Amino acid sequence: MRAFSRLLERLYFEPATSGKERLLLDYFATTPDPDRGFAVAIIADSLSLPNFKRGMVLELIRARTDPHLLAMSQDYVGELSETVAHLWPSALKERSVSANEDSTAEASEGRLPPLSDVVHNLRHKPKADLPAYVADLLDCMTSPERWALLKIGTGSLRIGVSARLLKQVLAKYGNQPVEQVETLWHGVDPPYEDLFAWLEGRADAPVVHEKLTYTPVMLAHPLEEKDHRLILPETYAAEWKYDGIRVQVVHSAIGRALFTRTADDISHTFPDVLEHLNFHAVLDGELLVLRGDDLGTFNDLQQRLGRKSPSSKLIKEYPAGIIAYDLLMLEGEDVRSQPYAARRALLQAALEHHQPAGIRMSPDLRYKDFAELESFRGSVDNASVIEGVMLKRRDSAYVAGRPTGPWYKWKINPKLVDAVLMYAQRGSGKRSSFYSDFTFGLWKGNELLPIGKAYFGFTDAELKELDKWVRHNTLQSFGPVREVRKDLVLEVAFDAVHRSTRHKSGYALRFPRISRIRWDKPAQDADRMDALEGLLT
Amino acid sequence: MSASSRDGGGFLGAEPTKSVCHEPRCRMTHPRDWIEVRKEGVFCKPGGFFIDPMHPAEIAVVTHGHADHARAGHGDVFATYETLAIMRARYGETHATIAEHPLTHGQAVDINGVKVSLHPAGHILGSSQARLEYNGATIVFSGDYKRRADPTCVPFEPVPCDVFVTEATFALPVFRHPPLEDEIVKLLTSLRQFPERCHLVGVYALGKCQRMMVAMRRAGYGETIYLHGAMVRLCELYRDFGIDLGPWDLVTPENAKTLAGKIVLCPPSALQDRWSRKLPDVLTVAASGWMRIRARAKQKGVELPLVVSDHADWDELLQTLSDVGAPEIWVTHGRDDALVYAAQQMGLKAQALHLIGYEDDSE
Ligand SMILES: [Zn+2]
Ligand SMILES: [Zn+2]
Repeated sequence: MRAFSRLLERLYFEPATSGKERLLLDYFATTPDPDRGFAVAIIADSLSLPNFKRGMVLELIRARTDPHLLAMSQDYVGELSETVAHLWPSALKERSVSANEDSTAEASEGRLPPLSDVVHNLRHKPKADLPAYVADLLDCMTSPERWALLKIGTGSLRIGVSARLLKQVLAKYGNQPVEQVETLWHGVDPPYEDLFAWLEGRADAPVVHEKLTYTPVMLAHPLEEKDHRLILPETYAAEWKYDGIRVQVVHSAIGRALFTRTADDISHTFPDVLEHLNFHAVLDGELLVLRGDDLGTFNDLQQRLGRKSPSSKLIKEYPAGIIAYDLLMLEGEDVRSQPYAARRALLQAALEHHQPAGIRMSPDLRYKDFAELESFRGSVDNASVIEGVMLKRRDSAYVAGRPTGPWYKWKINPKLVDAVLMYAQRGSGKRSSFYSDFTFGLWKGNELLPIGKAYFGFTDAELKELDKWVRHNTLQSFGPVREVRKDLVLEVAFDAVHRSTRHKSGYALRFPRISRIRWDKPAQDADRMDALEGLLT
Repeated sequence: MSASSRDGGGFLGAEPTKSVCHEPRCRMTHPRDWIEVRKEGVFCKPGGFFIDPMHPAEIAVVTHGHADHARAGHGDVFATYETLAIMRARYGETHATIAEHPLTHGQAVDINGVKVSLHPAGHILGSSQARLEYNGATIVFSGDYKRRADPTCVPFEPVPCDVFVTEATFALPVFRHPPLEDEIVKLLTSLRQFPERCHLVGVYALGKCQRMMVAMRRAGYGETIYLHGAMVRLCELYRDFGIDLGPWDLVTPENAKTLAGKIVLCPPSALQDRWSRKLPDVLTVAASGWMRIRARAKQKGVELPLVVSDHADWDELLQTLSDVGAPEIWVTHGRDDALVYAAQQMGLKAQALHLIGYEDDSE
């Protein structure tokens, strides 16, 4: 831990990249495993210490200092970690630290546990025990050591060493090409002992096992009006957003798997899809029913969902396939750090080379300006499979989570009908005292046919009004359900409409919600069933 | 804002009227009645002299040779032999317009009925505290001081008194100076790690420079240490007082290019100026108590900050208040609010004098 603290201290003040490189090389050469590997992990920010919080540090220092002196000190120093590092009432008088310890020898670690122990404890101590553990450590540290510990814990080193620079230094340390270090990087884990063994010529390059694990996916933000100006053809690539299920298809030396966006393994439900991927890769794409060039609707896909080991008849009737739009791994190499455009080129080349049946590239939607893109989106003719447009920055890496900026989704405007409220049902949970689930229908002749049910889209105030209206307009009750007078018109929004044999009306809506309450509109002016027929594709 | 800005001087303490001890037959006069803060500095009224005046004064008692305490042009100057030698070296033989009055530590002298003596402050060569006794009351002006061992000067001695006047340069609990030896190890380690870079160390020319040199020698560094011209005279003076600084040489236009891997000492102000540009691949080092604050070190472009100070740190300030045992504390310059607060927490009477002229960054 001491050597690492000294390293951080020097890196913090060293302005030159060459100087930082020298400091890191010296540290790697003089620090044993596994400490140096944990140091690499800390600098690369690939360790997470979820229980080490700023609030815990504040509580610890407040319990040990006069509040006025703490306030004056923090005011003077500014940053909390540094204030605490300086202020911590050390049990060890700083001046009694043995001065002549050699700065590199392992022996100098004596007073403090090795970095690897500290990391282990910070990661695995029960949350309740962590404050006492941290306090004990701080007690026997000097100020720069305390600063290092607090920085490790709160995860903001600010020492000017990027992950890229770190890999360059590692490559230099082993006299290996940086590309190879980068290739191996994502297949090795802290404390990287196999990596160092290879870099020091003591072992072959570590075998990066392609694991059948789910890799967290990258998600998009909805495109808002204010973002429209950002969308330029040279910056953002466009493609359709399909109305299927987002999946990750994995094929490596040890097997194949299909995961949903939420990491559920649905391999057994789609054995045909697993067969399709005939090369080693991790693909990101949309799961759909694919009949040759025809894309099935979500309704088609629903015939396959939830059915483990489907019959060959079902598979033949509803063959599943993938519209692939991104590539995370190819032949064992992690390509997530490459820009979107480069990943797409790799994907395109791999698909052309291996010609997998049932996997197609999501086509690039070329546009010359935003207005043209808007017109594409406005004129989608197969809205049962296309639900909008995806916009992806051409230079963006594939990162887990939902970063702001690189990916946007721009959904097609919802479809609307004016329907008549027919039944209301009590909600559940905090809404259990309200009638909050509404069944609505459209006219067919003089008869209303129910087309769907919605329980969101309105505000709490509107819910209260609806509830009140239901209570005053009840015709009869069936347990929790009330049939109401056919007098209130609801504007219902939905993403798509499909034919359905399960509904009396013959149609099913996808994502219906109440967009407006048309207190003003007479019920006889509500839409007729023909309106749905027209929205069908 | 400060008492010193009032014309004609200000009385110290809450009660401006003459206060006398209430013990029967005791004629003690509280120092607040005979010490005042004037714009020239702290003035002893019955003695007619200033302590460390910032402007020429008829009679001056000077605690130590740093420029913000020792100025040229006073009439009579009372100081240690060493301090007077430093003043002569800096300002010339005639810095005192009437006479020098050299004192040894502990030796008392009467100045217009006030008994004055100097006592070691442990700050730099010759540095002293000034003890003033008048009408049975004593006040000690500690000047600048530290409590760490320093082979270049006599260690601080606590002097009992009624009022103890202290500096507060590093008076916040975030200031706890690490051992000097550890900081020297940092410097020598860096020299091994970057043997092609000239290690240019910013240090005050008087005191810090010589203390660092001695500490490097003790850590086993035997090479020639190269000096900026501003350090030379003072290093010679230290040598003349018997302090062995080991081999040193002046940086010249001729040898400058050859100083890769060497240690060069210069005043802090020379770190970034034209002078340093002739040195090869400079690694900027600074030795100062302020280097503890990261932002401060970074802002000055320091690559290797060494936390080395000739002032007392927080623990030492509090330790000193308790060692001296005075019931009343006056605080001259620095972070006086924190020290006044802490002294009051210790049950002492404490107030800030708000002296101006002694700056944070000065010696
Ligand atoms: Zn001073
Ligand atoms: Zn001084």
